[in-house]
Amino acid sequence: MEVTAGWYMLLAAGLFAIGAVGLLVRRNALVMFMSIELMLNAVNLTFVAAGRELGLLQGQLAVLFVMVVAAAEVTVGLAIIVAVFRYRSSADVDDLAELKG
Amino acid sequence: MNAELVVFVIFAIAALAGALVLVMARNPVYSAMGLLMTMFSMAVFYILNEAPFIAAVQVLIYAGAVMTLFLFVIMFIGVDKSFDPKETIPFQRPIAIVLGVGLFILLALAAQGVWVTGQSVFAGEALGTIENVSDQLFGTWLLPFEATVLLLTIAAVGTVALARFEISDPRPVVEVSLVSADEPDDVESVADEATDSAASADDAPSAGEES
Repeated sequence: MEVTAGWYMLLAAGLFAIGAVGLLVRRNALVMFMSIELMLNAVNLTFVAAGRELGLLQGQLAVLFVMVVAAAEVTVGLAIIVAVFRYRSSADVDDLAELKG
Repeated sequence: MNAELVVFVIFAIAALAGALVLVMARNPVYSAMGLLMTMFSMAVFYILNEAPFIAAVQVLIYAGAVMTLFLFVIMFIGVDKSFDPKETIPFQRPIAIVLGVGLFILLALAAQGVWVTGQSVFAGEALGTIENVSDQLFGTWLLPFEATVLLLTIAAVGTVALARFEISDPRPVVEVSLVSADEPDDVESVADEATDSAASADDAPSAGEES
């Protein structure tokens, strides 16, 4: 049985869905952030699988740029989480309700 | 049954298990470990899909740098629930020793032969070798690549700025000595409280010495 690109797409869909559920269910800001990273990884897998199927290198270059943007996002996001933690002493996003009307 | 199918099934299970651990684990450290397993599985999938350079970058950037940063912040902020030092897995230490010895024997056997890296899954040259990727990256995509340099610089500067950002503290320690020394009249109420607290703090030990 041959492993086609569809299998990778299915696996990436599963990982993306799990990441989305984690983002919706969990309240710890760090775990939510890691769920976002999981979703980015799932999308990267679809890029690489599609690039192999089509014989194009552009998919892998897109993955490279996604990784760079994700790295920048992680550094800034974690700095924001640390700043919020110093202000609120909590990593729970439900505690951040200052804008609640 | 070809080799790619076997590798795919094994690491698909590993990736999905890691993702489920990420979502379900109560301890954020376990979540990070689950994500780490998923990211290593992703690197294996990249190699299967003719992207060895991307796989190396995945391990170095994601599994290395990003997860280290995550674990650092988790440890810095602190795990919410108290960590139980009791060993949850029975016979963990003997099993670990047996596995370590087995790993050493396996590595020693592997060092004897020339089949260390195993058989290549894909036929012919891979699509995303370092040469091919760099040809594209420093040719067609040079401007976006330079833009990522700018992006990373901005991210680093922003992180430092966020880390040094001072929350408005009602007790500015430095301004107390400046204000209370010469001009006690036109100080603000905030600084006034600060001088009062500082003065009381100064009085307390001296009073203790006198008595």
